[in-house]
Amino acid sequence: MKKYNNLTATLALAKASFRSIMRSPSAVVFTLAFPLIFILVFGFLGGGGTHIDVGITPGSDVNNPVMGMLEKTGMIRLVKDKSKADFAKLLEKGNVDAMIDVHRKVNSAAYSVNVVYTSASRDKGGILKSVLNNIFYDKTLKPTVAEIKESTITGREYKTIDFILPGQLGFSLLSTGVFGTAFVFLSLRQTLVIKRFFATPVRRSSIVIGEGIARIGFALIGALFIILIGHFFFGFTLVHGALTVVNMLILATMGIIVFMGFGFIISGIAKNESMVPPISNIVTLPQFLLSGTFFSIEAFPSWLQPISRALPLTYLNDAMRKVAFEGVGLWDVKFQIMILLLWGIGIYAVAVKVFKWE
Amino acid sequence: METKKAIISVKDLVKKYDDFVAVQGLSFEVYENEIFGLLGPNGAGKTTTLEIIETLRDKTSGEIIVDGFSVDKQAHSIKKIIGVQLQAAGYYPNLNLVELIELFAGLYGANIKPMEMLEKVNLQDKAKAKYKALSGGQKQRFSIATTLINQPKIIFLDEPTTGLDPQARRNLWDLIIDIRNAGTTVVITTHYMDEAEQLCDRVAFVERGQIIALDTPDNLIDKLVSSGFERKKEVKKANLEDVFINLTGQEWRE
Repeated sequence: MKKYNNLTATLALAKASFRSIMRSPSAVVFTLAFPLIFILVFGFLGGGGTHIDVGITPGSDVNNPVMGMLEKTGMIRLVKDKSKADFAKLLEKGNVDAMIDVHRKVNSAAYSVNVVYTSASRDKGGILKSVLNNIFYDKTLKPTVAEIKESTITGREYKTIDFILPGQLGFSLLSTGVFGTAFVFLSLRQTLVIKRFFATPVRRSSIVIGEGIARIGFALIGALFIILIGHFFFGFTLVHGALTVVNMLILATMGIIVFMGFGFIISGIAKNESMVPPISNIVTLPQFLLSGTFFSIEAFPSWLQPISRALPLTYLNDAMRKVAFEGVGLWDVKFQIMILLLWGIGIYAVAVKVFKWE
Repeated sequence: METKKAIISVKDLVKKYDDFVAVQGLSFEVYENEIFGLLGPNGAGKTTTLEIIETLRDKTSGEIIVDGFSVDKQAHSIKKIIGVQLQAAGYYPNLNLVELIELFAGLYGANIKPMEMLEKVNLQDKAKAKYKALSGGQKQRFSIATTLINQPKIIFLDEPTTGLDPQARRNLWDLIIDIRNAGTTVVITTHYMDEAEQLCDRVAFVERGQIIALDTPDNLIDKLVSSGFERKKEVKKANLEDVFINLTGQEWRE
């Protein structure tokens, strides 16, 4: 008798599963349509931040009336205690909107104010400019400030899409991993498809791996699609071009594998198909809202931030943004990858316990 | 049926669920190349017995040998030489018949042409249809096609004709007889005694997890008649089903 080939069986399953996913409307809607709609909405909405982050150049005088006036406006956050090199990077990315350097003029009681704007954040730079002008003509301040010197550096423009797209990509991976996996395994179990498979010589591992290959393949095609649409239609920044895309897809693979673990668990604990959406939402919704999908988690109240920092999607989003916009390599996001890995180990340890074959 | 070599032998099979004994000490043999029927009311233990032989369920005790392989130690070898049709089993969603056959070919490691498999069960016209879109008879024929992919020595059919109209049922009988004539042993369960009488070479009656009779349909009937049994109503030369078939024709109609 011909030797039985597990690889053939696994690939046959992967092919069947992939075909099935591609024909399933819900999979396509969750993986592609939702994220694209969000990208579209937020892409046109633009960023609505009201804070202007102004870095204080190291070595600058801090006990002067200018700083005090700036802080009093309530609009400006002064960022201190970072190195010159750090500030240069932040300024280039627009994470700080401008740098300010205040010095007492030589042989004078008056101050000289040196402001550097960034093209990465023109709008906020403009607001700061008018704030400074107001201060400059303020009666109480006028005598002490001699001059304001202004210049602008050219930075990479950090667009709303650069924040939104990685978040949406993460969310797409989360929902396809959780919902897709949970539904498929529950329905295969309930319709006795898996039982019929067990009457063939196929191994259990082939069934799981075959499904996994199909799901990952589908998720990656979806991810690539989202990235390309984002890049060509909304100007999503890919610092190193194709290399960045490849790095993002590698991160996406790690993410989807972790998220599929949730799906395996849910398929095991759900008693029927109508229980899948509520349980899945318990997993996906908090991450959707709290993992920096729409807003930076720094915008959350401080009591909420530790929760955000416990969720796996937070780290996937974080790593995606760093790789896509800052152009760092995978090694530079090893911390985020490690947290994902820890989540993966935990989730699959539970999945092995609760997963049901029949 | 000259050579009576046992291809399946079941000895003292017992299956207990928590506090319920589904099968209590079943013993029987299935001969090579026969159509063997397991008959009995619902819950008698027919399906449980089949699934234990098919290696889908663990037994509590007893010994089962399928074509020389033990279900305890050589389940994998048994799976390769049997074809299984489950009661009410579904198929992978969103795939058409050809794609499903391809999937099973991969699972069995069999090199077959999907269209040829579909032709065997007369479903070549439905190649691009989804399983869900098939009629009852077509679904059963498709299920039987999936049992033939690995050219099995034995196929197990669990109530293949339940819910079918008389034409579909008779056509399925023809199909099952063809499969047997091609050299495959068939084990079948059914509730229909006319079906068992027409189709099966030997039948076993299962009741409350035990075999209460096992013989050829002819011998069983003769035994009953010789014990003095008589039908209340004299049997006519045809029954109502014959009338139905005669009136509506016997062609495949699905």
